[in-house]
Amino acid sequence: MTQAPQHGLWKVSVSPHVRSNESVEKIMWTVVACLVPPLVLSVFIFGIQTLIITAVSVISCVAMEAISQKLLGRRVTIKDGSAVITGMLLAFVIPPGVPYLLPVLGAVMAIYIGKHLLGGIGYNIFNPALLARAFLLATFPVAMTSSWLSPLKLQDSSIFHYMGTTIDAVSTATPLAVLKAKGMAAVIETFGAAPNIYTDFFLGWRPGCIGETSGLLIILGGLYLIYRGYITWHIPVSVLATIALLTWAFGGDTTFSGDPLLAILSGGALLGAFFMATDYVSSPTNKISKLVYGIGIGALTVLIRLKGGYPEGVCYAILLMNPVSSVLDNWFKPIRFAPPLPPQGGGK
Amino acid sequence: MTSLLTFPKGGVHPPESKKLTADLAIEVMPVPDELEIILGQHIGAPCTPTLEKQAEVREGDMIGEVKKGLGVPLHAPVAGKIKSFGMSAHPMRVSAPSMTILTDKEAAPRTYTKIEWSHLDSKQLLAKVHGAGIVGIGGAGFPSHVKLSPPPSNPIDTLILNGAECEPYITADHRQMLERSADIVEGAKIILKILSIKNCFIGIENNKPDAIAAMTEAAENGSTSEFAIKVQPLQVKYPQGSEKQLIQSITGRKVPGFALPSAVGVVVHNVSTTAAIYDAVALEKPLYEKVMTISGKGIKRQANLRVKVGTKISDIVDYLGGVTPELAKIVMGGPMMGFAVSSLDIPVTKTTSSVLFLAADEIDTTPHSQCIRCGWCLEACPMGLEPKEIAIHVEAGRPQDTKQFGVFECFECGCCAYVCPAKRPLVQFIRLAKMKATN
Ligand code: SF4
Ligand code: SF4
Repeated sequence: MTQAPQHGLWKVSVSPHVRSNESVEKIMWTVVACLVPPLVLSVFIFGIQTLIITAVSVISCVAMEAISQKLLGRRVTIKDGSAVITGMLLAFVIPPGVPYLLPVLGAVMAIYIGKHLLGGIGYNIFNPALLARAFLLATFPVAMTSSWLSPLKLQDSSIFHYMGTTIDAVSTATPLAVLKAKGMAAVIETFGAAPNIYTDFFLGWRPGCIGETSGLLIILGGLYLIYRGYITWHIPVSVLATIALLTWAFGGDTTFSGDPLLAILSGGALLGAFFMATDYVSSPTNKISKLVYGIGIGALTVLIRLKGGYPEGVCYAILLMNPVSSVLDNWFKPIRFAPPLPPQGGGK
Repeated sequence: MTSLLTFPKGGVHPPESKKLTADLAIEVMPVPDELEIILGQHIGAPCTPTLEKQAEVREGDMIGEVKKGLGVPLHAPVAGKIKSFGMSAHPMRVSAPSMTILTDKEAAPRTYTKIEWSHLDSKQLLAKVHGAGIVGIGGAGFPSHVKLSPPPSNPIDTLILNGAECEPYITADHRQMLERSADIVEGAKIILKILSIKNCFIGIENNKPDAIAAMTEAAENGSTSEFAIKVQPLQVKYPQGSEKQLIQSITGRKVPGFALPSAVGVVVHNVSTTAAIYDAVALEKPLYEKVMTISGKGIKRQANLRVKVGTKISDIVDYLGGVTPELAKIVMGGPMMGFAVSSLDIPVTKTTSSVLFLAADEIDTTPHSQCIRCGWCLEACPMGLEPKEIAIHVEAGRPQDTKQFGVFECFECGCCAYVCPAKRPLVQFIRLAKMKATN
């Protein structure tokens, strides 16, 4: 006797019928969670300002995602968390003292132009947050290069310290800008000598963007993503190793006298290596291309830092390597298990 | 204990879900009132019926034969009468020609006694395997006698028995290895004799320690100066039971694309097929019964059943107390490679190793989204292919360009689609590509 389904139809689809419990949402929200600790710390370093900038950026990006998807007639996917990541990363790579208009404009650039006009998730060849940062740097060069805040001394000022003050009164310079303009001696004069300078930088107590301050928390977040299998070690390690090696070789007054540790701990190198260069969509997919890609980013970073017009180079280096990703994937194909034997007896 | 072997590239670890049935001994299901026997049970030519309508048959009688081409004869699973010829529902081919046998409930089940086979030569043994209608029990049902007669240009030195049973849920081979260890080892000896070789490895995934223990004991008792049979424990990783991956795990040899295992000197048989070969030769019993796993949360009672070929899924459902309200999907075969079916009228064939009644929480119905280029499918693919590229080309309307990504080397194991976080139906895209791509 055949029993008919009493509750509608049974599902039929092509195998496999079971799926892993990973999903795009899970990956994205995990990345967001990994970005929260550096954000919280930044509130203690620079004041509540960083939280406001981040909130403005995230809300703008999510809103822009919804608007763009509506405009372009696509499914609205703001719940997948990818716009939240873009918003956070964007806030993390602009100075904490900029006017609120900047993250809003950045969101338009990142999400509408950088992501959706280039094809939507999966097709945007550039990292949207970095594209927005490059755009802001080109259109608001002054605000983007001078709105740095000095770390607060918590015992004598509250996290609301910078509220209402004008930027001119508080702006300071980032370590790499000092290094570029005045040399290593000036860096030590401003930020202290080794080993204090390394611990300060490692923990985050120095001027900079939100995301480039605390090396420790960025590394921990990145390691967690590697542990979960969401990113692999290939890109972060190759980026950082290349930066360290080339800076050591060419970054000092004489060959092999550069400071590799300072190079890694400053200028957003860690954030770039762990969170920006590993962005799935704009980076290569297989291991060998990932290594080559990372080395490319590292080399371009050092080249820009040492020879170019900007003290920090990670952002441009990643943007320059983004379009190379698919080329690399085409060069370095996965190794086939055992491709068919060439037809026999037919000559060459 | 020997170290655990596995294949180096790709693979996934889906939840095993074998606890539902692993400890349930094989249970003989009562014969249903009628059986629908599909004439084309396996790869190769379908059978031509040898009897007329209304003819009386005894259990084990030949009812269909193959006049030409690759094929094996078909035998009556029960004593009874041929009721009609018609069409039956089929999981892959929608419908297929079949014959219906009305069971004679009075007839006593046929019994078989063991005979001595050691004096028979390779040819005679092979004829018995062919005559008993033996086909590969796990997958597409390749006729076993063909596998056992490799071309003379490819000398064989190793027999591998596949006891990996890497698909989740299924425990049929597991139970056979526990309950018929000695028969399987004797079946291995028959195969070794047919191939005139000495060495046999039995590959078993390490999640079946009891089967490893039982088979090791049987293999030690069965090994002689003539036959060296050894159990090789394997790491638990899907698709460990795929022929190419199994051969690589155990021997380190790589079977080239589109070639058969004999190209690297290996013959692989499933452990349940080996038990059937034992039946065919040592008992002279044809293949007309199947040990199957019936599992999933969508059926009242899970079981490992011995059923007659031709039993309909609906008979099995009735025997096990019916389906549960949670039932969402019925799959013939394993959850990674099996076929979802929409009807319970489908009869069991020689190659059906399981029917899974999956509840909504056991399957995934998330709609798929665009590829995020995470590269996980590349990592998971045991064949080193690029599933994401194949899918993107198919979506873009260029399936004919997918050969460069190895679409024809894909054996549809489903690892890529299993890991894809965007839940893309990669195997479906690949099947479309295979239809359109130019080889
Ligand atoms: S289904 Fe095909 S492409 Fe996907 S993992 Fe398996 S062999 Fe590779
Ligand atoms: S696993 Fe899915 S999302 Fe990731 S690259 Fe492959 S197809 Fe794209």
